[in-house]
Formats: sequence, structure tokens, C-alpha cells
Amino acid sequence: MANLGPELQERVRAACAAGQPLRISGGGTKDFLSPACEGAVLDVSGHTGLIDYAPSELVLTARAGTPLKEIESILAQHGQMLGFEPPHFGAGATLGGTLACALSGPRRPYAGAARDFVLGMHILNGRGELLGFGGQVMKNVAGFDVSRLMVGARGTLGVILDVSLKVLPLPAEERTLRVACGQEDAIALMAGWAGKPLPVSATAWIDGALMVRLSGLSQAVEAMTQQVISEPVSGGQAFWQGLREQTLPFFALQPDESLWRISLPPGSPPLALSGRTCLDWGGAQRWLVTAQPPESVASAAHQAGGAVTRYRGSGDVPVANISPALLGLHQRIKRAFDPAGILNPGREFGVRS
Amino acid sequence: MTSIYPALIAALRAELPEDALLTSPESLRPYECDGLSAYRRMPGVVCLPHTVSQAQAVLRICHRLRVPVVPRGAGTGLSGGALPLTDGVLLGLARLNQILDIDVRNRCAVVQPGVRNLALSEAARPYGFYYAPDPSSQIACTIGGNVAENSGGVHCLKYGLTVHNVLGVKILTPEGELLEIGGKALDAPGYDLLAVLCGSEGLLGVVVEITVRLLPLPERAQVVLAAFDDVARAGEAVGRILSAGIIPAGMEMMDNLAIRAAEDFVHAGYPVDAAAILLVELDGENREVSEQIFQVRQMLLDLGATEVHTARDEAERLLFWKGRKNAFPAIGRMSPDYYCMDGTIPRRRLPEVLTRIAQLSEEYGLPVANVFHAGDGNLHPLILYDANRPGELARTEALGGRILELCIEVGGTITGEHGVGIEKIEQMCVQFGGPELAQFHALRAAFDPEGLLNPGKAVPTLHRCAEFGRMHVHGGQLPHPALERF
Repeated sequence: MANLGPELQERVRAACAAGQPLRISGGGTKDFLSPACEGAVLDVSGHTGLIDYAPSELVLTARAGTPLKEIESILAQHGQMLGFEPPHFGAGATLGGTLACALSGPRRPYAGAARDFVLGMHILNGRGELLGFGGQVMKNVAGFDVSRLMVGARGTLGVILDVSLKVLPLPAEERTLRVACGQEDAIALMAGWAGKPLPVSATAWIDGALMVRLSGLSQAVEAMTQQVISEPVSGGQAFWQGLREQTLPFFALQPDESLWRISLPPGSPPLALSGRTCLDWGGAQRWLVTAQPPESVASAAHQAGGAVTRYRGSGDVPVANISPALLGLHQRIKRAFDPAGILNPGREFGVRS
Repeated sequence: MTSIYPALIAALRAELPEDALLTSPESLRPYECDGLSAYRRMPGVVCLPHTVSQAQAVLRICHRLRVPVVPRGAGTGLSGGALPLTDGVLLGLARLNQILDIDVRNRCAVVQPGVRNLALSEAARPYGFYYAPDPSSQIACTIGGNVAENSGGVHCLKYGLTVHNVLGVKILTPEGELLEIGGKALDAPGYDLLAVLCGSEGLLGVVVEITVRLLPLPERAQVVLAAFDDVARAGEAVGRILSAGIIPAGMEMMDNLAIRAAEDFVHAGYPVDAAAILLVELDGENREVSEQIFQVRQMLLDLGATEVHTARDEAERLLFWKGRKNAFPAIGRMSPDYYCMDGTIPRRRLPEVLTRIAQLSEEYGLPVANVFHAGDGNLHPLILYDANRPGELARTEALGGRILELCIEVGGTITGEHGVGIEKIEQMCVQFGGPELAQFHALRAAFDPEGLLNPGKAVPTLHRCAEFGRMHVHGGQLPHPALERF
């Protein structure tokens, strides 16, 4: 547990003055998600520690370098959890890196995304100014919501120093059910469940079966189990973890294959793309393993009203689908936070994906 | 304005139908204020476009002539965010009021900004859905205004604010260019611009279309009313319920003055001798609600509630809520005027904050009733005053300022859901230091380099803060020391 805030601030100030690019680094578990970035390493992994946690307030504040597993373990001791169920992608995953990449797991469509749980942040902007936005309260509309802007900004707008998050109680009971069905039936089933007040907390169609996780009081979980014609499966927890961490056999790639994340309106029909598909997030996040060229994958997703990101694989990556007018706005926002362009150069949006 | 006024009117007249342009004093008068009627100013011109392209034309003209624009929805805001400018255009979007799509398969709706909040939920109801954020003005307020203010309501703790329920928006830039941000997917590439736009109070763009998430109607909702002879104990009960893993759909607290006002007005059956009442609403699957009601009742009794009532039927549930939802007008009957504050505090500091508000109330000689969104810490102290008594409004504003500064002091914020607008602009100088305010201005310039959209609201200039007496002091250092002080 250490507060490296002052040292980090000094480093950013000096880098700004010298025009020296910085590559922000935490646990180093998510480099594969962003384009390469040249710069002197600004290591925030030592900036750790829980600053405040009052379970009855449902709020936790921690430094950005704090390992995710440490935060999850403290929360679990108090019967609570991170509602967005973030993937770790490695043992060293930190809170700051998870938010910079806006990563959320299977619970996301039912409980909310990483950004939805952010209440406030302290950051260093590209001038090395220490700035505080939001706070530790659930409702706060004073000033622009800069904290949430940092989520998914890949460290290009500021260095996240500490974060206040809303946390949720752990469900009393969780149960996983399995229904064998095809992709179209799965999409229809997931849409039907999402239209009713049911205790669903995750849904995924993979390897010819729809997996559904129920969370809540045992009465509600039991009631829905009876509605879904299926048997509870054992090892549910391991399944959802494997899906979240991409360790299930589905995610194993041949040398010429890539893993694509496709974000779509959840009820979209199956995309006409070859390869194997896994539906996550009630159909709103789809994983595609294919050897098809990036352009085909991107254009199918764009036509369906969605967007693609390549998670794993090699070769050129298509540029993110951001309109020229929006791209200009992105560049002006970048300059508003980092006029010298020293924070994670190469990871801005639009230059490369 | 005077010199370019004829050119402005001529240009607007060429683009807009006759009924979309108001210029006469009597037609401008209704637009002189929003829900915060203590602040009034006549607009230079009012434009009420019927279409997005007309709104676009207005912005293009204003941009060319460098005329500032104040966007407005239904004008129900409580912070003066839609207060017009004498030398500007007030752009009313209430006529863009079509629900464009209710998409059951994707659980979302696409609406124009002038669609009323409640009208959307009513339209979604036949499909088994509703729109979750429900500000108390939901019968009149518009979704466009909700986006601008990041509106909440009584169900925020469980279902979130506007920012949690918006999937996409189309905005017009100050140049009149249409930008599409987000859509029906759960996320989009690039920076999270939706987060910045929600609650930006009309400074970053004019929202002309919104895609919102719809939620399934709960199978059942049930409310428990508990009375306490001690406010601190009621506050403790809130923490206990949340610690036990129950997230109520709504959790509201009222103090004695608010209870008496509400009971006198709607006869909700509130215990008028109680120091505080707590309304706890549970919703969801039938059996789950039954189990949670049982647990909540037990906790409330264990914590010394003097009375605990579960609503007997839907009629009584609505009656319990009617008292709470009418708390503001009820207080309006007790006093010629009232002034509503909107601070948020960490819940555990509630007893201390209420004690200090009572002391301040005495110091200023003005009664204060407290209504509290207890689940999320959003406190609405209502200051009772009489604007006809000389000096009383000024004293009220001074007391209000002190209450907001108290909220900041305990780690909270000056506004939970009503926005900064013009009303709390000076308290922004207390909440934020110079560097944060400068960052806000830089961010705003990325969207609106000329500062034409709703200037003077939401974010104070550093000069204004320097002139304002009380300032954000960080680490014992005076902020923006380079500025002269007057």
C-alpha cells in the first residue's frame, strides 16, 4: 500500500515540459487490447491501496494500481462484489487498467458496465495537474462527468490515480441452467427473458447450448428454474469465469485465426460470417473466431449497427468505425486534456483501432 | 444584440415557419424563467422548431452571427439552466415530441427530445416495459431535458440515473452539424461521449434524438412505511438494509416538518408525531418481494421503529407515495415561498448534517423541512420564506449556500440531480478548484469553441470565482492566485 501520487505527478509534469511520450503501465495484462505505444514507462502498479470502504454506503475507493483480485477479495469478505464482473486477463490485473479499457464481464447487460459504477476519480491530466471529479456519492451532477470519460479512454486523456466505485451485494444464490438450442432460438429466448422481470444475471450461447445464470433469493431462482425447461448444471461458476477470462476451449485459436469482439443491438440476427460464434451479454456482445479478413468482419458488424474490436490474433487491425466529424471531436478532446500529446501516444482513437 | 437583431430576425424568418418564431413581448413572457422562478430574464427571441432541420437552421444562423443559444425542453428544471439571455435565442425543443420507435426485441426506444418522460413509460407499458428514471416532474419534463440534466428520481439507487439508461443520442453541434453518438448496442468505439453529454446542461450540444434502454415492468411492487422517534435511527436503518444485501427500488425519508405538511395536504396516513418516516419500496419477482418485505420489516422493528406498516393494497401503496411525491407542494401550502436545495451527502453523515441544518435554520430564522432520497444520499432541504418580506430572499439564498457548502464539507456535492444552472454557479467555486474548472472549460471548448451554447451556466469562469467570497481551498493554498481580486 503506497501513495505514489506526488512522484507520478512530478513525472508527468516533467514529461509534459520535455515533450516526452509516456506509456502508462499497470499490471501489464491488457496490452494486447490496445495498439502499440511508444514512450517511457509510467509505472502505476505501485500506486496501491484501499482508501475508503464502508459496506453500508455501497462505496469503495481505491488507488488505481490496486490489484483487482485484492479488491474482489475484500468485497467478498463483506458479502459484496463489483457489479460489472470485470475480466482480469492475467494475475496482475489492476483497477486502473480495467477501467482504462472499460472491461465488463457477463453480468454487464443486467447490472451495468464498468463506467456505470464509477462515482468519482482523481486523475493527472497531460499537464500533470491533479484533478478530482465526481465523488463518493451515488448522485452528483456538479460539473461535466469527466470520471466516466476516463473509462475506456485507454489512458490517452489522463492517468487514473484513484477511483470511487459503487458496489453491489453478492446474490444470495446463483444457479446456472443449460438449454440445448441453435443460435437463432438462443437470441429469441434471451430477448424474451430480458423482457420480463426475471433474476437473470448472465446469458451466453456457446457450443450449441444456451447457458443462463440466475442470481437472487432462492425463491426467485427456483421459480425461474421451473419456467426454463432444463436442469441446473454443475460447475456454473467455472463456466462463467472461463467465458469472462476467455479460457474456454472456444477461445483457442489456430495460427491463421483471430478473435473478434462484435458489439451489436442484442436482438440482431446471426451475422453471416464464417467461423465459430459465441453470444454473450444477451446477444449484445458476440465473439467470433475466424480466419476471414478484418474488412469482412468489420463491414458485417457495421451493417448490423455495431462495431468490432480485435482481441487476439495478428496482422493489421481495422480502424475503429468513428465518423470523420466525431473523430475531429475526439482529437479536440484529446488536446483539451493532453495538449502536448504525451499520454499513451498511438492509443488515441481513429489513428488505429 | 441590438445591432444584429434585425439581421438575426430576417435570417430566422427565412428559415422558419411563422409559428416557430416568437418575437413580441407578450409571446416571449412565458419563457422568461424555468422551474426556478426566482430568476427571470426576457429572451431576445424564441425559436420553436417543428423539425430537426429547422433546429439545425437556427443553430447555423446563430453560429454565423455569433448569437448565443439557450436550449430548453419543458422548462421544468430547478436550477435556472434554461434561463434565457436577453441578447440570445431561446431554442425550445418541446415540439419535437415523437416517439420514433419502441424496439421490443432490443429493449429500447428511440425518441425525440420533446417526448415527456411519463409519456414514454406509458407508450412502453403495453409491451411490458417502462423507462426507469422518474424525476418528480415526470408528467411534464422531457427526455431531452432529462439528458441535459442527467435526471434521477426516486428509483436511482437500483435503476440508475439518466446516464445509466441512455444508449445513444443525436446532437447538433453549435455549428448545426448532426453527430450520432452510440446507438442500440451497449457500447460504441471511442471516448464515452454519452457520459459527458448526460448532465452537460446544454453546453456541449443540442440533443435532437435519444435512444433509451427500456426495462421490464416489475411483477410486483410493495412499500413499507416505518416511523422513528429519532432521525439518526432512521438513517441507521437505511444502512442496515443495504448492508443486508437488499437494494430497494426506492428508499425515502422525511423529517417531522415535511411529514406534517404532507399529511395535512394529502392525508396519506403518516404518523404526524414521528421525528422521521422511512418509505422502503421493494420490487421484482413476486416471491422475492415477499421475502424481502419480511426481512425489511424485521430489521426496521429491531432498530426501534415505533410503527411499521406494509401497504395493504395497491391503493394504500400509492397513497403512501402520494404523500412523498407531494411533499414540495405540501410545503408550498405552509409558506408563501420555498426554496429547494439539492445536495448529496455520504449517507453515514446524515444525522450530523441534519443537526447542522437545524442550527443554520435557527441562525437565519428560516424554517427548513427535509426530504431525503435516503438510498442514494440526495438531500432536499426546503427553506420556507416569504419573498414579499424585504431581505428574506437574500437571507434564504445565503442559508442555501451555507447548506450546500456543508454538503461539500462532509464529502458530498452541491447538486445530486437538479443541476448547477445559474443557481449554484457560485458554489461550484467551492466544490472545484481552478484547475478542475479550467479543465471543464477546455472540454467545453472541444465541443463549442466560441462558447455559444448556454453561456454563463453550469461552469463558472475563474474570474467569477475570484469575485465570489468563499472559495475552494486545497491544501491551505488559495486557488488561482494569479488573478486579481476585487
